[in-house]
Order: sequence, then structure tokens, then C-alpha cells
Amino acid sequence: MGRTLMKRAGELAAVLLIVSFGTFLLVSLLPNDPAVSILGPGRAPAEYAALREELGLDDSTLSRYLDWLGSALTGDLGQSVVPPQVDVLDRIAAALPVSVQLAVMGMGMALLISIPLAMWSAYHAGGRVDRVISGGTFGVLSVPSFLAGLLVIMVFANALDWFPRAQWVRITESLAGNLYHAFLPALTIALAEAALFTRILRNDLITTLQEDFILAAKAKGMSARHVLFSDALRPSSFSMVTLIGLSLGRLIGSTVIVEYLFALPGLGSLVIGAADTGDFVMVQGAVLVIATIYVLTNLLIDLSYGVLDPRIRRAHV
Amino acid sequence: MSEITELPTPPAAGQALDAAVSSAPERTRRPARSVPWGSVALTLLGVVVSGVGVAALRDGNGWLQLAVVVAGLVLAYVGGGQLLRRRFGAGFDLAAWLCTTWLVLLLFAALLAPVLPLGEHQDIAGSLDAPILAAPDLLSPYPLGTNNFGLDLLSRVIHGARASLVVSLGAVLIGTVVGAALGIVSGFFRKTTDVVIGIFTNSLLAVPPLVLLIALATVLEPSLGNIALALSLLALPSVIRMARASTLTFVQREFVLAARAMGASRMRLMVRELLPNVLLPLASYGMVMISVLIVAEASLSFLGLGIQPPNPSWGNMIAEGEGNTFEEHPHIVLVPGVVLFLTVFSLNLLGEKARKRFDPRQAKL
Repeated sequence: MGRTLMKRAGELAAVLLIVSFGTFLLVSLLPNDPAVSILGPGRAPAEYAALREELGLDDSTLSRYLDWLGSALTGDLGQSVVPPQVDVLDRIAAALPVSVQLAVMGMGMALLISIPLAMWSAYHAGGRVDRVISGGTFGVLSVPSFLAGLLVIMVFANALDWFPRAQWVRITESLAGNLYHAFLPALTIALAEAALFTRILRNDLITTLQEDFILAAKAKGMSARHVLFSDALRPSSFSMVTLIGLSLGRLIGSTVIVEYLFALPGLGSLVIGAADTGDFVMVQGAVLVIATIYVLTNLLIDLSYGVLDPRIRRAHV
Repeated sequence: MSEITELPTPPAAGQALDAAVSSAPERTRRPARSVPWGSVALTLLGVVVSGVGVAALRDGNGWLQLAVVVAGLVLAYVGGGQLLRRRFGAGFDLAAWLCTTWLVLLLFAALLAPVLPLGEHQDIAGSLDAPILAAPDLLSPYPLGTNNFGLDLLSRVIHGARASLVVSLGAVLIGTVVGAALGIVSGFFRKTTDVVIGIFTNSLLAVPPLVLLIALATVLEPSLGNIALALSLLALPSVIRMARASTLTFVQREFVLAARAMGASRMRLMVRELLPNVLLPLASYGMVMISVLIVAEASLSFLGLGIQPPNPSWGNMIAEGEGNTFEEHPHIVLVPGVVLFLTVFSLNLLGEKARKRFDPRQAKL
């Protein structure tokens, strides 16, 4: 286990280094001079030269990268280049909790929806309900998250008027208000994930339900609920855990879209707003933070297999 | 991380089970009859109901009309499915045929868009006399309605399909060519090459797809070529991994050994022996990849970072209807939304079918 961990940590460091370099290189993809993008056209050449000097744009790429990386590692991601020139790290720190809460709530709701659906489907495999659920989940998977979000708004916010749109209550102000306002965005995120989880879990459950120990449990007179929840769920959940890791990228993507759609002050709105105004320093910082979180979470999920399934633990050592 | 990528196969196995379970009893239970009047009646009823919906409910409530038309289509689908299964056997998959038809229609409409008799799609000066925000009415000159500049939505949807298809097909092509090359090289040479390409792949995977697109959109001009290039970066990692995995298995096979024994160069081994075998599973994956990239492009355009209005794209058309117009004129969102959904759904369904058929891993089961 120790050696695997060391190897993974090495790979991780290399990946993060390359990602940070790629993020840094974003600026060089800019079609025109960054100094012109920051100040706007039509200034005196001396002003541009002064700004270039200040930003260190005349140094070599490598030394600029090392500079940038050094300050990023010490927690300085620079200043936003668009008028309210705020500190990038402060903005990210303020936005991050919103995104994390949405993603976690979305994932939780997806599990709440998918586990019962998958159990019903698998227990009555081939039945009418099972076929409807299979078709329905396949259909839901083909709805892009921004479209799903618009439909959710159309039904729950406009037609039924049960939930508000475009408001956010910080968790520190009121817990109930926070959950109430986060419900629709989280539901939007949960829809696609729930469809995927239902499909995977159903298939694994069908396999598990044919095992001898399930027959034994049934023969002992256990109720269907007991068999499904206590005996079948855990051995059927490995593919789903893998999937949670795999779908993390999409989850972050749909969180970004949902924040934009519901105008929530999260990391996604921050990135989109910055991209819109060409605030590349903000985008760089946000991408670096998101990528780091993403890579670390993936590592944690990889390590969690060993905890869930002892066979993997042995195979690695 | 590499063992995880190959896992999403179970749904296919489950679906095969689905099909087996659902079609088996029907074959044995139903007695042979000369003409299945029930199914014929159901199909006709469906056609009539949707026809009535289109023609007779023109001035009524739009939602009611939509509901009637959809109900009619569902009836026709059920009845038609029964009829066709009787005619061509229980394995007949009406859904797959409909999806193919949809994609073919879309492709032709997109290809022929400049010569089709369509309304104005882009130039506001050309639509001054058109009604604005007209609701969809299949029998009017604006079958799918108009937007707030009076531009014809049918025409815009078709021109949007051009953009979507060009961008996503281009991206899949770039991704497959570059990815297959890198994957084969990585699986063939192993050692340092493999490690370097592996770290490159992992780095691409380390940024969530949409965030990568947004980051690139910050600095790149939103031209079709640039968007296709950015999207191809999303396709790249999985193509590299698939190509590398197949190379690793094929390189140990006898035909490669035979070619090696006959003195084939490394280049020839990779291009003539490995490439054809690596490409087949990639081709069936390409279909699913296209649907993912269409969604990615639409999302980017929806966020205002992709194809810029007035050039139509499904994403920016949906964005047009978002906000205040949404409550009163839902068709602005629903028309491109339904087209996007049908396209993605068709690609997913056919991709799933193709994967079941051509994926060698599935064939072994």
C-alpha cells in the first residue's frame, strides 16, 4: 500500500505541475498583447510598457512560470485584471463553499433517487415498471444539464411557483433558507447523475440477486426489503462508487452550468463571468483550484476501493 | 485510474437482458392472425389524432395542441411498432430506425440548408415583415415559429445543425487521428514514451471538461475552427487510452509476430498491422463521442462563450429564450431544445447498439 501511495503521489505531482503550466500558458494563447487587453486600446505606448514591466511580461516564459507558481503555492493567485481589481484568492474562497454544497447536495439527491428506483427495477426485472424506468433513464441521460435546468425552472419555479429562482441564502444566515434555495439547483444536478446511477446499480443488483446467498436469505423467510437493503446493496455498489469518481468531472460541469442558470455566487458563475470579460488571471486561478480539488478527490476515491473491497487491498500489496 | 475507464459496460449487458426478457413472452403468447386489426387501428388512430392536433387546434391553447400531437405520435409509435414487429420479426427495433431516420434527415437538411426554401435565419433586415415571437404552427409559413427578431426558427435550427455537426465531427476527427496515433505509439514502445503520454493524458483529464472549454474560450477567438480544436481536447484522453489498450493486446498476437519475423519495420507494424485493429472499436465509440461533443458545444454556446449570435447554434438559440421571454414564449427554448434532445438521444441509442455489436470486449460475453 505504501509503495502504491508513493507512486500515486509522484504521478499526482507531475500531473498538477503540467496542469499548472498549461493554465499558465493560457495567457500566451491570447490573440493580442495582455497589456492591451488589461488597459484597453488607445493608451500611450509608455503606459503599456510600464504595465508589461510591472507584470514581468518581458521575462522568459520559464522564469515567469516559476514566479507565478511560486506565488500560487504561497497562496497568492494575483489580482483580477478587470476593473474592480480584487484579490483572486479571496473571490475563490468566497465562491467555493457554494459550489461544494451544490455538488454534494446534488450527489446526495441522486443517490436518494437512484437507490430505490434501481432496487424496484432489479427486483421486478423485465416487468413493465422496469422497462419504463430503463427507457426513462436513457432519455434523461440525453438531456443536457442546461436544458434540464430550464425545464426544472419552467415546472417548479414558473408554473407551480413552489421554489424561488435566482436567489442564494448563505448557510450562515439561515440553514432552512439555504436548503430551500439550494433545492432546485441541486435537483437539476441530481437528475442526470441519478439516471446513470440507476442504470448501473440495477444491472449489478440483477447479478447479485442471482447469487446463492440471496436465495438462502429468501429461503430463511427474509422480507424483500431486508434482502435488498441488507444483503444485496453493498456487494452491488462497487461499479457505482467507481462511477461516482468518473462522473465527478461532469458533476463539476453541471454545477458550473446550474450556477450560471440560477445566478448563484459559486465558482462556476465566477469562471463564466471572468471568461466573458476576458479576466484571464481569475480564470487561471479558478482552473488551478478546480483541477487541484478534482485530482485530489479522484485520488481519495481510488484509495476508497481498498476500504470497500478487501480483495483489491490484497491485490495491490 | 486506468482500470476505471473501462467499466461502463454493464448497462449494455443489462439491456440485452431487457430485450430478451421483454420480447420472449410476446413471441409465444400471441396466436398467428392474418391481419392484426388492433395494431392497424391503433396506428391509424395515432396518425389521425396528431393530424387533428396539428390542423384543428391551431388557435387554441398551445400546450393542449402539443399534448394532443404527442399523444397521437405515441399511439402511432406503439401501433406501428407492433405491426412492424409482426412483419419483420420480434427483433425489429423501431426506435433505432426512427433515430437513424432523424439523423439522416438532419444531416441532409444541414448539408442542403443553403438551397432549401427556408426563411431568414440570420439577417435581421430580411425578416422585417415577419411576425415576431410567432408560436409554432406547422401549417403556417413559419412552421416552428419565429424569435424576437422575426427570424424563422426552423431555418435557424437547421443552420444551427450545420454549426453543431461541423464542430463536433471536426473535433471527433482531430481527436481520433491524434489520439489513435499517440495511443498506438504509447502501447507499442511502452517504457518512457508510455509514461510521458500517460502523464499527458492524465493532465488533460485533470481539468473537468467544461472548465477546460471555458478556460480556452477565455483566450481564443470563438471561431468554428477554434471551438473544434478545443472540443477535440475533450475527446483526446479517452481515445488515447482506448487505442493504447487495444494496441497492448494486439501487439502480442501471432500476426504481429509473423510480420515482425518477416522483417517489417516498426512503422509498418504500427500502420499496417495495428491501426486497422485499433480503429474498429474507436469507430463505434465515435458515435457516443459526437453526442458528448454536441452537448459540450451547445453548453458553451448557451453560456455565451461558443458560437456568437446572430450566427445560430442550438446552444445560443436556447439562451435567447432564457429569462423573461421564457414564461410567455416557451417555444423559443423548446424548439431548439427538442431538436438537441432528439439528436443526442439518437446518437446515444445508435452508439449503444453499435458498441454492443462491434466492441470486441462485448462479443466475448
